[in-house]
Amino acid sequence: MRYALLGPQKRNATMITDTDAPERSAGEAFRQYEFNGSYDEMFRSADLPRKQYRQLYTQLLSLDRDELRRSKQEADQSFFNQGITFTVYGSDKGTERIFPHDLLPRIITAGEWETIERGLAQRITALNLFLKDLYHDSRIIEDGVVPGKIIYTCKHYRREMRGIRVPRDVYVTVVGTDLIRTPEGRFVVLEDNLRVPSGVSYMLTSRRVMKHIFPTLFRKCRVRPIEQYSQVLLSALKSLAPEGRSEPTVVLLTPGSYNSAYFEHTYLARQMGIELVEGRDLVVHDNIVYMRTTFGLQRVDVIYRRIDDDYLDPLVFEGHSALGAVGLFNAYRAGNVAFANALGTGVADDKAIYAYVPKIIKYYLNEDPILDNVETLLMSDAAQRDHVCQRLDQYVVKAVGESGGYGMLIGPHSTEQQRSEFRSRILAEPRNYIAQPTINLSTAPCFVNGTIEPRHVDLRPYVVYGDNITIVPGGLTRVALRKGSLVVNSSQGGGSKDTWVLQN
Amino acid sequence: MLSRVADSLYWMSRYFERADNASRVVEATYGLILNPAKFSTEERWFRAVSSLARGATSADVDPQRALFLLVADPEGAFSIVKCISGARENARQVREEISSEMWEHLNRLFHEVTGLELHVDDDAGQMRVVNLVREGAYRFHGITDTTINHGEGWHFIQLGKYIERACNLSILLDAYFSVETHADDLDWVGLLSSCAAFEAYCKVCTAELKPERIADFILLQPEFPYSVRYALDRMHHALTSISNRSLSRRTGKIERLIGRLRSAVTYVQIGEVIRGDLHMYLAAIIEQCRDLHAAVHEVYIEYPIEVAFES
Repeated sequence: MRYALLGPQKRNATMITDTDAPERSAGEAFRQYEFNGSYDEMFRSADLPRKQYRQLYTQLLSLDRDELRRSKQEADQSFFNQGITFTVYGSDKGTERIFPHDLLPRIITAGEWETIERGLAQRITALNLFLKDLYHDSRIIEDGVVPGKIIYTCKHYRREMRGIRVPRDVYVTVVGTDLIRTPEGRFVVLEDNLRVPSGVSYMLTSRRVMKHIFPTLFRKCRVRPIEQYSQVLLSALKSLAPEGRSEPTVVLLTPGSYNSAYFEHTYLARQMGIELVEGRDLVVHDNIVYMRTTFGLQRVDVIYRRIDDDYLDPLVFEGHSALGAVGLFNAYRAGNVAFANALGTGVADDKAIYAYVPKIIKYYLNEDPILDNVETLLMSDAAQRDHVCQRLDQYVVKAVGESGGYGMLIGPHSTEQQRSEFRSRILAEPRNYIAQPTINLSTAPCFVNGTIEPRHVDLRPYVVYGDNITIVPGGLTRVALRKGSLVVNSSQGGGSKDTWVLQN
Repeated sequence: MLSRVADSLYWMSRYFERADNASRVVEATYGLILNPAKFSTEERWFRAVSSLARGATSADVDPQRALFLLVADPEGAFSIVKCISGARENARQVREEISSEMWEHLNRLFHEVTGLELHVDDDAGQMRVVNLVREGAYRFHGITDTTINHGEGWHFIQLGKYIERACNLSILLDAYFSVETHADDLDWVGLLSSCAAFEAYCKVCTAELKPERIADFILLQPEFPYSVRYALDRMHHALTSISNRSLSRRTGKIERLIGRLRSAVTYVQIGEVIRGDLHMYLAAIIEQCRDLHAAVHEVYIEYPIEVAFES
């Protein structure tokens, strides 16, 4: 009965369904599986699956292709009906697409996870101390560990934050860190997202769908749960409430329904049972923030804001913005309301400052980093710049303040014209660019066009910093769905798959 | 509840009711034009268009265009498809407030009716939309009543539904009774079907179709959901429940307005209304509904901040 509804939607071409491929069983489908020198998540070598993947491998051998395809359709339909879609900008009809989702789980062993967990906790602790230091004494600059110039030229550095004491000294309540796996199988950090990381709703909803589709496999594998994320986040947010507010009102501030992450905002608000507010719902009076309700004005204590710094308060930042509310920053400075994340955290995920994170960890914690960085060359350094500019076809060049896969050159996949364009951009604004050697991300099996093929993946676990640091065992595994592509961002044609962290 | 959320729930509900009402009127009119009568096809379509598309002109009443205008016109502000989009857009903005079942039903209906991409001459397609919406409306009402807490949000949904219904019924009655002398039995059946009232009317008043009784039924009958009086009673109930919860500031005006409006249909007999000026009587109901809408907006949605600090 549910499939009868597919008719009219197909015409709209908004559903993503598999095209007809020749009949083949899933077992045979593995024959399409090619290795390209990357670390493969599932196979040690052809036909030899890693231990943690054996259950899945066996199940795939016994499932036929039609069954997989039916499951895929069912999952897609479920995402579509729930409105777990994003709007494709630039098409006049505002076509909605589901977030591409792959059926096969990515599996991480208890041991691997333990390293990730310790590594991320260490990293976030250090970065949080770094932020506190930057906006207070700046010892790390005085001690010459990180050059002041690179901090003060960062466009996400907020001088307005200097000297402001944030609740519990927690600057970053929610972090999404992008990890990749090198060809040797080590996890390394590619990028920190300390501003408003998104994607966690895809992690949670795709888990629900997967449990529905693979219940037996799920039980057999002993997958650790992630459903507690909303409770963990809520309690971290509550811990930020101004003193004396024992029953704090927590709200989620969204830019509104036209934002591409709007589904996530509504989802999290509903899961946590908090109000989803827009800037126009907020009023600041005598440095106290209220929301406009049918009862009258109700005081707001903690704002989980999903709006960038620039748009929060037109009095202090971007003057034209209608997304925030007038006076929010003063209320914040007065300590009457808390933001998660704090303002100005973007300075610590600047891609040029990223290169200093190992030193930052050493400086504050006197420990060696558990998770390594990717080797990063700063274009502000003349020698490194010359080196890279002569070999642009071997490097990935990124603009330091951008995210979402924008402002990026992937050397090996670029044209001469793109390279010369980037070369002149780098020379014009060296501080704005960094370069990293092209890394072959690991591959994982994906169900594409009726067969199982490897695709490049990364991993974004979500870290919540409340009374202590909690990382729900899982994350968003992002997939570059185009064959051979290394770009996993959803804005650039990436998709996602469920991530299973196994019990010991 | 956030004022903006209350407003979106209210409008979601109004748009949905508007689409539902339009689908019944279109279906009834489409049935009528199959029979020859004193009225021409154009006149009958004009009656439907003028009651649904406010501000429409007789130039819109080429029969084929009329059907398209009322059902699938993506440009026109009044088409059923447009109303469903409006309802869904409002629902989308309060996704966290309504139940998943409500959202999924509305979202699916939206994709079904917009996915058809109908052309002007596709009668069967237009009527398919009408059917989808009519069926969809019954389900939506059922889902709404059974899957969410009957708290403040639900009362705003009820308010939107019934204020829209009271206005639509009044406008429709006016459109039929302003040309009453030409109407034959079929037209009266058409009016009753437009209000989903034909069978209910027959049960209460037998199948004898007397204009005065029909007006009585649609206007003053307290027990039938598609009567003006019923709608006003439900509005009163919704408004009282909302003001009881909101520790009431300045709700006096709202109580006065709804009280006066209800008394206009409660303490009156159809004979007086018909012998007087029915058109003016209906216009007054519509006018007072508008005042009530404005008052609700002023008290609950867009109140000045100074007022909030006074209390």
